[in-house]
Amino acid sequence: MTERQTAPADPEPPSTPSIVGDAVFVARGLTKVYRMGEVEVHALRGVDMELYAGELMVLLGPSGSGKSTLLNILGGLDVPTSGTVSYQDHDLTVLDDAALTRYRREHVGFVFQFYNLIPSLTARENVSLVTEIAADPMDPADALAIVGLGERLDHFPAQLSGGEQQRVAIARAIAKQPDVLLCDEPTGALDAATGIVVLEALERVNRELGTTTAVITHNAVIAKMADRVVTLSAGVIADERHNDRKTAARELSW
Amino acid sequence: MTALNRILFRDLWHMRSQALAIAVVMACGVATYVMSLSTLESLQQTRRTYYERYRFADVFTSLKRAPNALAPRLAQIPGVGQVQTRIVVDVTLDVAGLSEPAVGRIISLPHHGEPTLNRLHLRRGRQIDPTRRGEVLVSEAFADAHKLGPGDHVDAVINERLQQLNIVGVVLSPEYIFQIRGGEVLPDDKRFGVFWMSYDQLAPAYDLDGAFNNVTLRLMAGASQPEVIRQLDNLTRPYGGVGAYGRNDQVSHRYLSDEIKQLHNMGVIAPAIFLGVAAFLLNVVLGRIIQTQREQIAAIKAFGYTHVEVGVHYLKLALMIAGVGLVLGVIVGVWMGHNLAELYTQYYRFPVLQYRLNPGLIASVTLIATAAAAVGALGSVWRAAFLPPAEAMRPEPPSGYHATIVERLGLQRYVSAPARMVMRQIERRPWKAALSSLGIAMAVAVLVLGNFSVDALDYLMAFQFDTAQRQDMTVTFVEPTTGDAVYGVGHLPGVRHVEPFRAVPVRLRAGHYDRRVSIMGLVRSPDLFRLLDTHERVIELPPEGLVVSRKLADLLHVTPGQLVTVEVMEGQRPVRRVPVAALLEDFSGTNAYMRIDALQAFMHEGPTVSGAFITTDANRNDTLYRTLKRTPRVAGVTVKHAALESFRNTIAQNMLQMQFFNMLFACVIAIGVVYNTARVSLSERSRELATLRVLGFTRAEISSILLGELAIVTAVAIPVGLVIGYGLAALLAIGLDTEMYRIPLIIDRSTYGFAATTVIVASVISGLIVRRRLDRLDLIAALKSRE
Repeated sequence: MTERQTAPADPEPPSTPSIVGDAVFVARGLTKVYRMGEVEVHALRGVDMELYAGELMVLLGPSGSGKSTLLNILGGLDVPTSGTVSYQDHDLTVLDDAALTRYRREHVGFVFQFYNLIPSLTARENVSLVTEIAADPMDPADALAIVGLGERLDHFPAQLSGGEQQRVAIARAIAKQPDVLLCDEPTGALDAATGIVVLEALERVNRELGTTTAVITHNAVIAKMADRVVTLSAGVIADERHNDRKTAARELSW
Repeated sequence: MTALNRILFRDLWHMRSQALAIAVVMACGVATYVMSLSTLESLQQTRRTYYERYRFADVFTSLKRAPNALAPRLAQIPGVGQVQTRIVVDVTLDVAGLSEPAVGRIISLPHHGEPTLNRLHLRRGRQIDPTRRGEVLVSEAFADAHKLGPGDHVDAVINERLQQLNIVGVVLSPEYIFQIRGGEVLPDDKRFGVFWMSYDQLAPAYDLDGAFNNVTLRLMAGASQPEVIRQLDNLTRPYGGVGAYGRNDQVSHRYLSDEIKQLHNMGVIAPAIFLGVAAFLLNVVLGRIIQTQREQIAAIKAFGYTHVEVGVHYLKLALMIAGVGLVLGVIVGVWMGHNLAELYTQYYRFPVLQYRLNPGLIASVTLIATAAAAVGALGSVWRAAFLPPAEAMRPEPPSGYHATIVERLGLQRYVSAPARMVMRQIERRPWKAALSSLGIAMAVAVLVLGNFSVDALDYLMAFQFDTAQRQDMTVTFVEPTTGDAVYGVGHLPGVRHVEPFRAVPVRLRAGHYDRRVSIMGLVRSPDLFRLLDTHERVIELPPEGLVVSRKLADLLHVTPGQLVTVEVMEGQRPVRRVPVAALLEDFSGTNAYMRIDALQAFMHEGPTVSGAFITTDANRNDTLYRTLKRTPRVAGVTVKHAALESFRNTIAQNMLQMQFFNMLFACVIAIGVVYNTARVSLSERSRELATLRVLGFTRAEISSILLGELAIVTAVAIPVGLVIGYGLAALLAIGLDTEMYRIPLIIDRSTYGFAATTVIVASVISGLIVRRRLDRLDLIAALKSRE
């Protein structure tokens, strides 16, 4: 909580991708075919893309466009039907379940639409759940301070509002100092005002910790805060653009 | 089929493994109920018919010698329906293939036709022809034990003369449904047999022409048994009557009654445990189903279904599970009942043991099982029925949790986050955890209780036949005889040590309580037949006065220092008051002991003995047996080791079978509880566990969260179950504290170990079955949906 008070807030977000470095993820020719009963669903149909170190990328698209599938593959929750995806030097498509678990444990932070907090653990404990198994975690209290919840450490999920719960989820995701933060509709279950508070938290993490961040949304407004916006449609990349000028989260509205 | 019923069947199919686990627990309860009570009814019905058709007597007595002219006077006692006088003698037998002597009881048959009372059922062969010498009928138990049949013969020493008994028929008698010699602790079909012989041939051998030494009576309806016994005793006393007794003291009848009582206990206790556990499981599982189907319930109600319809829908689900258990249980119960009845024919000899299933029993078990299911389902059904539709449309609010006692005590830093999840889960619903624990504890208790009888019996055997009684054989004389006889026994081949005893049949009276027993006169510091209390301490006989079983003192309501009236039933029949010097905690019979010299003085007799305990040189036993078989004075020889072994062999198989069923029952309970609790936890927490998997927890780690709760519940259950098991064993020991036996509350440490291990293994297996489902956890779906 001290951090929040002492760290000077940037008056203006940088106008160009700030600390974008090498590609963290490289995906080539990703396809994913599901079988839903007797129907084949082509969720991804040959996607090529990269995610660069330090950038905040927004994956935009209507529901069913394949964006969640793509995120799940990047996060090691799912494997592609064909194509390759590598994280730094590791080919994720050849890893088995145990190796994927280790990959998630060591490198990835997740934020979900429905927060997925553990109801029997307090905010602090939900965060420490992850820090206990991480190699170089931050203090849970510090992580919660970053998302503005330094005062509500010992509340159980049932005692927190939706926005607060989602910020606990973000704190839980960043507390292990992940290499990449993957967020699936993080504001999907929240009203606009609360959603913005959550986005601010994400923006701050990306800026101050330099965590590579990918955010999935169907809300085009959110794309304005990204360094780069990738639009998916029916399983292929329909559009990709750089934001010359990022909008601060608090200035968004929908 | 209505739409609701279609939902019902699909739900049932969806939860089939859980439903089956509950149905099996229920089936065990139904099966033990049906088995015990149907066998009990069959035994009772068979016994009743047998007694009636073969005219089993109501009152029994023996005497020394009474002229046949006494018989009409006995028949005139008010309330007496029929009288059967006869001769009953015990003889020494020499059976081919059996080196040691056996004891034969020969009962006379009237000159012409069948006896009026205690008629015989001819199994094989024919009736005796009174004109042919040495023809006998033999009891089936003895015949089977020696593979004897019509045409075979055994040798008997009848009143000092060796005589060949020619078997012409094999029979059953209502007096010997359970064949055991009075005064013995163990049945031994090989060494005790009953024979029936013509009165005309038996009477002369014992100088009983025109006389009898045994009477049985049948009473008229409404007669007072105690009054008949009193008058009978008055009439037989001058002829050496030793006191009459009713059916309740008749050995065979009493064993059978005890068995019936035990079946009844089993038919009540076991089903209560199983049905209680099944009701609990229905409560847990149905509760969870209703929780997950909130929105469905809301929709159904929104369509216009009534509260009652919704309630009935879920009640039906419970009743269908119970129905499966009921059908399964009845089938298994009938099958087990058949087997048990079959097993009983090994011990209890009936002409036919007709296993019959009373439709009323099926009706009562259906009612009981339905009630148990309804009780289990009640809470959940109620909640479903009165769930307001609008509220049900919304998902259930997140569950509230609190810091547990561990944290309130400030110990949280020693506890990891996953461990805290486990602890809070338990603390949030302590009743559920407690009842799960109790369920598993019952499995442990069932095992402890089951093995307790084995442990107790083992201990009792060792105590009675190794520690206390160290003789190899007991030799009893035909008549009380002089001390010379003991000297004679001491000089038989292979005899090492001899210890004489004097046994005197008496009636002990104190106030208006009385009991028929034998006073056993023992030497001053017995070496072979030692008096030990339940702590295995040697009890010294005082120079004067009686040492009696604690049970006997209870029955007579006397305490040490008080006087009892001793009425001797033989010889000069002295009556005197004797002090009770001390009580003896012992395990079988109602015994009274005295120093042999004091007893002889009391009897106004010289050094008279009834028999002797001996130890022998095992290498020379065959020679000894041969000599004993031909020794006229010897009425019987009990070979301790042989009797013990034959008993152990008979019960070993049954014990094994019983242990198998106990184990099966315990595993059914343990698996039923653990599996269902784990499935419900998994259903409640799959989203949470999937989240953890996504966050990088391994399968092993999330398994430990899911199964940790069960591990704690099981860990708590085990000591609780051991204590409950001990308590039930203590209750059983109190319940079985009868004149015949006292069961020592001895539970071997290995029994505790076995019970704990079995239940842990069963729990682990069911835990692992559920754990396999964790491998199929859909990580992505869990993230996409609200709970």
